[in-house]
Amino acid sequence: MKFLLIEDNIQLAHAICSRMGLDGHVIDHASTIQDAQAFSQTDDYDLILLDIMLPDGDGRDFLQRHRDGKKDTPVIVLTARSQVSDRISILDLGADDYVTKPFDHAELEARCRAVLRRKGGTSQTIIRIGNVGFDPVAGTLQIGEETVQLRNRELRLLEVLINAPGQIFAKQKLVDRLFSYDDDVSENAVEVYIGRLRKHLKDSSLQITTLRGLGYRLDHV
Amino acid sequence: MSSVLPLSGSLRNQLAVTLIGGAAILAVLLFFVVRAYAAQVAQQGQDSILVASAASILDAAVIRNGQIEIDFPYSAFSILNTPEDDRVFYAIHRDGTLLSGYQNLPQPHIQPQDTKTIVTERFRDETLRLIRISRVLVGENLRTEVFVTVAQTQDALSVTLNTISRTVALFGLGFFVLSALLSFWATSKTIDQLTRLTTSITRRGPQDLTPVDKPVPVEMVPLVTSLNTLMGRLDQSLKRSEDFIAEAAHRVRTPLATVRAYAEATLQRVSREENRQALRSMVHAIDESSRAAGQLLDHAMITFRADHIDLQEIDLVEQVREMVRNLSPIADMRDVTFDLKTDSDVSIAGDPILLQNAMRNIIDNALKYAPNDSVISITVQTGETISITFQDQGPGFPATQIGDLTKRFARGSNANGIIGSGLGLTIAQEVATAHGGTLELSNKPEGGACVTFTF
Amino acid sequence: MRYFYLLATVIFGLLASPIMAVDWEDQRVFSGASPSRVLRILSSTDTAFFEPIIESYLQDDPTVTVEYFVSSTSDLDTIFRQTPKAFDVVISSAMDLQFKLTNDGYAMKVANLPHPDWAQWQQSLFAFTTEPAAIVINKNAFSAQPIPQSRQDLILALRARPDFFRERIGTYDVRKSGVGYLFATQDARLSETYWRLMEVMGSLQARLYCCSGDMIDDLESGKIAVAYNVLGSYAAARAKTSKTLEIILPSDFPTTMMRTALISRAAQNPEKAKNFLRHLLTIQAGGAYENALTLPSLMSRQDPNGQSTIDLTPALMTYLDDLKRATFIQEWSNAIIQN
Repeated sequence: MKFLLIEDNIQLAHAICSRMGLDGHVIDHASTIQDAQAFSQTDDYDLILLDIMLPDGDGRDFLQRHRDGKKDTPVIVLTARSQVSDRISILDLGADDYVTKPFDHAELEARCRAVLRRKGGTSQTIIRIGNVGFDPVAGTLQIGEETVQLRNRELRLLEVLINAPGQIFAKQKLVDRLFSYDDDVSENAVEVYIGRLRKHLKDSSLQITTLRGLGYRLDHV
Repeated sequence: MSSVLPLSGSLRNQLAVTLIGGAAILAVLLFFVVRAYAAQVAQQGQDSILVASAASILDAAVIRNGQIEIDFPYSAFSILNTPEDDRVFYAIHRDGTLLSGYQNLPQPHIQPQDTKTIVTERFRDETLRLIRISRVLVGENLRTEVFVTVAQTQDALSVTLNTISRTVALFGLGFFVLSALLSFWATSKTIDQLTRLTTSITRRGPQDLTPVDKPVPVEMVPLVTSLNTLMGRLDQSLKRSEDFIAEAAHRVRTPLATVRAYAEATLQRVSREENRQALRSMVHAIDESSRAAGQLLDHAMITFRADHIDLQEIDLVEQVREMVRNLSPIADMRDVTFDLKTDSDVSIAGDPILLQNAMRNIIDNALKYAPNDSVISITVQTGETISITFQDQGPGFPATQIGDLTKRFARGSNANGIIGSGLGLTIAQEVATAHGGTLELSNKPEGGACVTFTF
Repeated sequence: MRYFYLLATVIFGLLASPIMAVDWEDQRVFSGASPSRVLRILSSTDTAFFEPIIESYLQDDPTVTVEYFVSSTSDLDTIFRQTPKAFDVVISSAMDLQFKLTNDGYAMKVANLPHPDWAQWQQSLFAFTTEPAAIVINKNAFSAQPIPQSRQDLILALRARPDFFRERIGTYDVRKSGVGYLFATQDARLSETYWRLMEVMGSLQARLYCCSGDMIDDLESGKIAVAYNVLGSYAAARAKTSKTLEIILPSDFPTTMMRTALISRAAQNPEKAKNFLRHLLTIQAGGAYENALTLPSLMSRQDPNGQSTIDLTPALMTYLDDLKRATFIQEWSNAIIQN
C-alpha cells in the first residue's frame, strides 16, 4: 500500500519509513505542508499519516484543506498531545483516527488497517496465489469458493508469510511481528497461530512448512 | 477554587441601610417639620380667637358720664369655648388699675409700635396663652387707656397637636414604610444586575473565556470591561500555556517516538537475546514515561474540570460505542474483542470529556490485563441507577488490594511488566465522584476483573 | 332614721362650729348606720329635695355622716370662696357662679365619669338636672281671664289689670339671688321682651324675693298673683299639694338651667365626695329612677338631648364681670324699682 507521511522530524520519519518498509508498504515522506500538498496533488495514497506541528503551519490546517478539497483519503494524525479534548478536536476536523507519540508500531499498523477497512475500499492489492486470494485490508482469506475471516494475529502472520513465499522466517521474527514487545510470550506461542493458519489453508494450494531449528516457510504446491 | 473571599460587607445591605436610613431620617424630619408647622397654625388659630375675644371686649368700652362702661357681648367669652373645656381668664385695666376680671393675671408690656402682645405665661399652675390689647379712650376732659387681657389654657390645643402628631407620625411611618419598600425594590433591582452578570459568568463552561457581551448598566461598564480584559488576558495566557504544553509535548514526544520507532525497527533485525532485551527495556521505558506524562496531564485536567463540572445532555451509549470503536484496533492486536450490551438510548447529564477519559482508562486497564483471544464485555444498564460495567477475563484485582487501587499511583501487585502509572483508576474514580456517582471494583467468581461505573 | 337625725342635730353645734358663723337657711345631719367619716355638702337646694338622694347614698355606704348646709346661691358662692376646705361637695342652681368657681380652680377633677360632654365642664363641674324657669300663677287671680302662656301674654295681662296686680307680682331680686341673676341675664340676652316685662313689673311695684321658696309661699297664700322666673322644680313640688298654683313654661322661649355639683379641691374627704357625686349622677341620669326623683333628671326636658338652653361655656362668666354686672344691675334696677 502507499502511504504519505507528513512529519518534520527527519529521524522519526526515517524510523517510521524503515519500519513500514519492513511490512512491504511504499511510503512518501513530506516534511512541510507545502511539500505534502504537492505530494497529495499528484499521487493517490491509500492513507496519510499527518503530524500536527509542522514548520510551515499546523497540520490541522492541512487536514481542513484536504477535507475541503473533497478528498477522502483517510488521515491518521500523529499527535504529541495526548489529551482527550485534543483528540476530539482532531477527529472533529475530519481525521479518521490518531496515534499519540510515541506510538507502538503495531498500534499504528492496527489503526491503519482499521481505518482502511472502515473506509470500505477493498485493497487493490489482493494477493492471489494458486486458489488462494488474500485481502490483507479486509482480513479475508478466500480458498476456492470459501471465504474465511482471519483474526488479527492470523492475518498478520499470513501477511508476513505470503509476502515472501518460500522464505524461511525464524520463530523469533514472527514473535516480534505478532506480539507486542511487552507481551510476555515464549517463541512457542507462534505455534498456536501457525496451527490455526494451517487449518485455514487445509484445502488450498498453500502450505506452511516447519523447518526444525530454522523456522517456517510458506510453500506453494 | 472554592476559597473563601474576605468579605467587606454586603453591597445590598449597604445600599438598603443607606436608603432606609435616609428614608427614616427624612420621615423623622418630615414629622418634626410638619408638626411644628401644624402647631404654629393651631396656635395661630387660638391666638386669633383670643384676639377676637379681647377686641370684642375692648370695642365695647365707652366713657359715659366720665365713667368707663364696658358692656361687652356674650360672644366675647362664648367663642372661647373649646371641646376640652379650656379655662378662661381675663382682666380689664384702666391705666394700671384693675377694673374687673382676675387680679394678678400677668400683664405683659405692649411694645409702643404694637397694639397687642401675645405671650405664653404661667398662671395658677396652668400654662396660658395670653393676649393683651389696649385702646385709648378720649372723652370730655378725659384721656385714658384701657387694657384688655384675655388668656386661655391650652388643653384643646394640645389635644389638637396630639391628633396632628399622631396623624403626621402615621403619615411619616407610611412614608417610611413606602420608602423602605421602594429601597428594597431599588436595591434588589440594582443587585439583580450584578447577580445576572454573576450568573452569566458562573453558568459558563470552564473553557468559555469569551468577553461578556450582554448589555450592562453604565455603572457596571468599567467592571465588565476590566473583567473582559482579565478574561481576555487569561484566555490568551491559557492559550499560550496550552501552546507551550503542546510545543513541549511535541518536542519531547517526537524524539521519544523516533527512539521508539528505531528501537522497534532494530528489534526486528537483531537476534541476540541480550540486545533484544535491552531494546525491549528501552521501548518499555519510553512507553512508561510517555504514558505517565499523559496521565498526569489527564489527571490535572480532570481535577480542573471536576471542580467546574460542565454538565450537558449526552448519549451515554454513543459515548461508549465511540470509545469501543476507537480502542478496537488495539484490542484486535491481541485478538481481544469487545462485547457491548446496551439498552437503546441512555441519556445522562455529564461531561463528555471526563467520561471518555474515565472509560478510556478503565478499558485500557482491562486491555492490559485481558489474556489473548478473550472478551471484554461492556454493559450499559439502566434502571434505578444508570451504570456501566466493564468486565474482562484477566486475572482480576488482587483481593487484598481491591480497596486501595483507586488511590493515586497505587498499582496492583500483579502489574509487573505492565505499563501503567497507577493513575488510571484514580482518574475514573474522580470522574465518577464528579458526576455524583461511584466506581466499584470487584472480581467475578468465574474469574476476571469487573469495574462498575455508577451514575 | 329620724332618731339619728335628732341626735345629730343636737351634737351638730359642737361638730360644725368652724362654719357656724353663717346664718344657714337650713342645715341637717344624715348619719349612716356606722358613721366614721363626715361628708359636708354645701347646697342651694332645699333639704327636702335632697333627702332621698342622701338617704339612698347612706344605704350604700353607711360609714358616712352627711352634713347638709343650705344657703342662697350667691351666699353659697361667697361662703365657699372663703372656706373651700370646709366643704366636700358644692351644689348650686347658679350655673354661672358654679362655672366661675370651677374656672377659678376651686373644683377637683373627677376623671372618667360616664357623663355627657355637654353636662360637664373640665371634668370638674357636673350638671345633674335640667330645670326650666317658670311663670307660676295663683289660679284664683285668673279665674275669669285667660291664663298667659308667654311673656308677651303676661305683659298684656298685667297691663290689662294694673290695679289688680299692683304689688302682687313677684320675681327674684337679682342682686341677692344668684339663680335669679342667671335667669335674668339669660332672658335679657335672648329677648328684649324681658326688659319690657321688667318695665311693666316695675311700674306695678313688683315684690322682690331672695328665694324661690318664699315666692311660692306668698303665691300660695295669695299675697302675690304671679311669680316670674320661679324654679319650676320647686313650684312643681308645691303644686302637688296646692290646687291654687299653676306652672306655666313660657311658650315664646324657654329658659332652662342645670343644677350643678362640684367637689371642692380642698375637700377633706375627696373619696367619699366622689362616691356621692357618682351616686348623685347615676340617680339623676333618669332612666330607672325617673319616677322616684324629687328633682328633674338631667334628661327631663323635651329636647332630645335634654340639653339646657344655658350652656356650660366660658360665656357664663360674661355677666359675672364686675363692669357688666354693675351695668346690668343698674339697668334692672332702673326698670323694676320705680319708686
